[in-house]
Amino acid sequence: MDAIMLQEKLVERLLCPRVRTARRKVKNWNKQYVGFATLPNQVHRKSVKKGFDFTLMVAGESGMGKSTLVNSLFLTDLYKDRKLLNAEERINQTVEIIKHTVDIEEKGVKLKLTIVDTPGFGDAVNNNECWKPITDYIDQQFEQYFRDESGLNRKNIQDNRVHCCLYFIPPFGHGLRPVDVEFMKALHEKVNVVPLIAKADCLTPNEIKKLKDRVREEIERFGIKVYQFPECDSDEDEEFKQLDKELKECCPLAVIGSNTVVEARGQRVRGRLYPWGIVEVENQSHCDFVKLRNMLIRSHMHDLKDVTCDVHYENYRAQCIQDMTSKLTQDNRMESPIPILSLSTPDVETDRLIKMKDEELARMQEMLNKMQQQIHDGKDQ
Amino acid sequence: MTTSDIAQGDKNARPLSLSGHVGFDSLPHQLVNKSTCQGFCFNILCIGETGIGKSTLMDTLFNTNFENFESSHFEPKVKLRAQTYDLQESNVRLKLTIVNTVGFGDQMNKQESYQHVVDYIDTQFESYLQEELKIKRSLHNYHDSRIHACLYFIAPSGHSLKSLDLVTMKKLDSKVNIIPVIAKADTISKSELHKFKIKIMSELVSNGVQIYQFPTDDETVSKINTAMNGILPFAVVGSSEEVKIGNKMVKARQYPWGVVQVENENHCDFVKLREMLICVNMEDLREQTHTRHYELYRRCKLEEMGFTDTNPESKPVSLQETYEAKRHEFLGDLQRREEEMRQMFVQRVKEKETELKEAERELQGKFEQLKRLHSEEKSKLDEKRRSLEDEINTFSKKKAAAELLQGQSFNTNANLKKDKDRKKSPEMEAKDVNLTCDEATNQNHNCCFRNL
Repeated sequence: MDAIMLQEKLVERLLCPRVRTARRKVKNWNKQYVGFATLPNQVHRKSVKKGFDFTLMVAGESGMGKSTLVNSLFLTDLYKDRKLLNAEERINQTVEIIKHTVDIEEKGVKLKLTIVDTPGFGDAVNNNECWKPITDYIDQQFEQYFRDESGLNRKNIQDNRVHCCLYFIPPFGHGLRPVDVEFMKALHEKVNVVPLIAKADCLTPNEIKKLKDRVREEIERFGIKVYQFPECDSDEDEEFKQLDKELKECCPLAVIGSNTVVEARGQRVRGRLYPWGIVEVENQSHCDFVKLRNMLIRSHMHDLKDVTCDVHYENYRAQCIQDMTSKLTQDNRMESPIPILSLSTPDVETDRLIKMKDEELARMQEMLNKMQQQIHDGKDQ
Repeated sequence: MTTSDIAQGDKNARPLSLSGHVGFDSLPHQLVNKSTCQGFCFNILCIGETGIGKSTLMDTLFNTNFENFESSHFEPKVKLRAQTYDLQESNVRLKLTIVNTVGFGDQMNKQESYQHVVDYIDTQFESYLQEELKIKRSLHNYHDSRIHACLYFIAPSGHSLKSLDLVTMKKLDSKVNIIPVIAKADTISKSELHKFKIKIMSELVSNGVQIYQFPTDDETVSKINTAMNGILPFAVVGSSEEVKIGNKMVKARQYPWGVVQVENENHCDFVKLREMLICVNMEDLREQTHTRHYELYRRCKLEEMGFTDTNPESKPVSLQETYEAKRHEFLGDLQRREEEMRQMFVQRVKEKETELKEAERELQGKFEQLKRLHSEEKSKLDEKRRSLEDEINTFSKKKAAAELLQGQSFNTNANLKKDKDRKKSPEMEAKDVNLTCDEATNQNHNCCFRNL
C-alpha cells in the first residue's frame, strides 16, 4: 500500500471512536444489549460542541523559516504585516513574546489556535540568558492557570498554557550549538520541546541522516528531555506500529516550509522553485513536513496537551505549593491557607523545640524524685 | 640629489619618439620571469560560523583536498588556524596560506569574537613591520604572512545580515580586503536571493562598511570588474563530491529534487568568485594590502610610538633625528626618575627617624611614671610595716605583762586550791579544758596532776 494512503487510513481510525470488544468471555453472559458501547460517540459529540484549543510556541534564530513553516502547517497566512529588524538594530535586541490567535474550523470541529512567536531569540551579539523572557512567559501561564484552578468560580477557565514548543535548529552547522543546548535545557521541564531541523533543502539525504544522528546523540549526551512519542498499545496494527517506529527514528524532523504554490508534476503544490528543480513541501522523500503535520495535528495534538497538563503543569504546581508551605512555616504568624496539606518537608524548628521541652521535663522529673527521696529519708531519721 | 631635484626633473621631461626598436618593451617580461622564478604568495582568511562551508569552498576553489577536519561547536573562544600549502599550475608556483576561524559565532556572548581576528591580522602586520625596521633585513626572502583577502561567509537566512556579521565587518574593513560571500546558497531561491543581496549591500552601505571593490581603473578588466561589483556578494555553493551529468563528472550536490552544479553560472556564482578572486584580481589584492592596509597600520603604529613626519614647525624630520631626540628624552627621563626616587628615599628616612624619636620619648615618659608609682607604693608599704612592728611590740609587751601577772596569781591560787579541792576540781578541770593560753594550760595541768 502507498505510504501516504496508509498513514491517512490509520489516522482516520484514530480520530473515529473505536469500539473495543470485551476480551474475556464471561460465562452466562447475558447477551442483551446494554448500550455503553456508545460512550466514545458521546465523548466525540461533546468535544465537538466544546471545541478545542491549542497553544504552539515557535523558537529559533531569525531567518530559520519559522513563520513560513507555521503558515504551511495551518495553511493560512498568520504573519501579514511583519516588520523585520535590520542587523544593527538587532545587536542588543532582547527577546519579545508575540501571540497570534486564530479560530479555524474543519468539518465542524473548531480549533482555537494560538501561536506564540519569539522574535529576537539568538539574534543579539550577547545571548546570555536570552531564553529568560520565554521561561518567564511559560511560568506566567502556569501561574495564572494555577490561580484560576484554585479559585472559587471555575466555570470559564482559559487555558493559555503552552502545549508544544517547536525549536528550529539551523542546518548549517555540524550539530547542536551552545545556545541550542542551553535553551532546550532551560525549557525541557516546562514544556514539550520538539526539535526540528530547519531549511532542510540545503542538505543532501546523506547529510540529513548524519546531522540527525549527531543531534540525537548530542541530545542524549546533554540530557535534554525532548517530547517522547507515547508507546503504542500492544494491540495496535503492525502497520501502525511500523509507522510509529519510523516516526521515532526520524527525530528530529527535517522540515521545509513554503508560502508559495508552484506547478510540479502536473499539480499545484506548495513548494520552492530552484533552477535545478522543485522542492515539494508535502513530498515525503523531500522532507519530513508531512510527518510533522501528522504528528502535531492529526495524531498527537491531544497527547501533547495531556503531557502538558499531567506532567509539566503538575510539576510546576507541586513545586509552587512546596515553596509556599516552606515559606509559611518559617513565618509563623500566618496559618497555612491549605490546612489539609500535610507537611512533606521535615520541620527542623519544631522538632528542636519538642526535644528541648522533653529534656526539661526529664530533668524536672529527676529533681522531683530526688526531693521525694530526701523527704523519705528525713522521715526515717 | 635630493628628492625635490628629481621631481623638478620629471616636469622638465619631454616625450621623445624612437627611430627604431630599442627593446625595453621586454621589461614586463623580465619582471614576470623573475617573479615566476621566485614564486608567488597569497594568504586568504575565511571567517564564518562553524559548519558554514569554509573548508569545502576552499577545496572547491583550488580543486584539491586540503584535509580539514570538522570543528566542534563548543569552543570557548574564537581561534584562528593557519595552514600553508605549496601549489603549482603550469610553471607558476603559489605558496597559499589559508586561515580559518574556529568556533566563530558559537559562543553565547559574542562580544569578544571579532577581537581575536583583529589581533591575528595585526600580528601579521607587526611582524612585517619588524622585519622592515631591522638593520639587517631580507625582505625579498621574507615569507609574507599578511592577509591579502578576507572571505566573510554570510549565513543564508534570507532576511538580512546577522548582528555579529555587521559588528565584525565594521572592525575589519580598514585592516583587510573584505569580500562577502553568501554561503550554502542552494537554500535560497532566485527571487529571494536577489532581495537578500540588495538588503545586505544596503545594510553595509548604511553602516559605512567598506568592502573590497574590484579595481576599475585598468581598461582591460574594468568592464568585467564593474559588472562583478554589482553582483556582490557572491552566492556560492561548494562541493567536494562529483556527480555524473551527461558523460562528464562535475562537482555537484545531489538532491532528491535535482542536482546543483557548482560550476553552472545559473545555479550559483562560484565561477564568478573564482575568476575574480584568483584569475583577475589576485595581484591587485596583494597590492592593496601592502599599499593601503599595511601602510595605514604602519602609520598608526609609528605615530603611537611618537614618530612624526614633520615636527611642529612643519619641517621634515628624519628618522635618525627623531631617534636621537627620543633617546635623549628617554635618558633625561631616566635621570629624573632616579633623582626623584633618591629624594623620596631621603624623605622617608627622615620621617622614620622622627617617628622613632617620638616613640622613644613616649617610652621614657612612661618609664618615669612607673618609677614614681613604684617608689610611692614602696614608701606606703614601709609605713605600714613600721606601724605593724609597733603594734607587735606593744602586743608582746602586753603579753609579757599579762604573763607576769598570771604567774603571780598562780602562786596565790595554789594555796587556795588545797582548801577547795574536792568541790572545785571538776570545775577546774572544765576550766582547764577551756583555757586556750598555752603556757597557762601547761601550768594548770601540772597543778591538777599535783592535786590529784
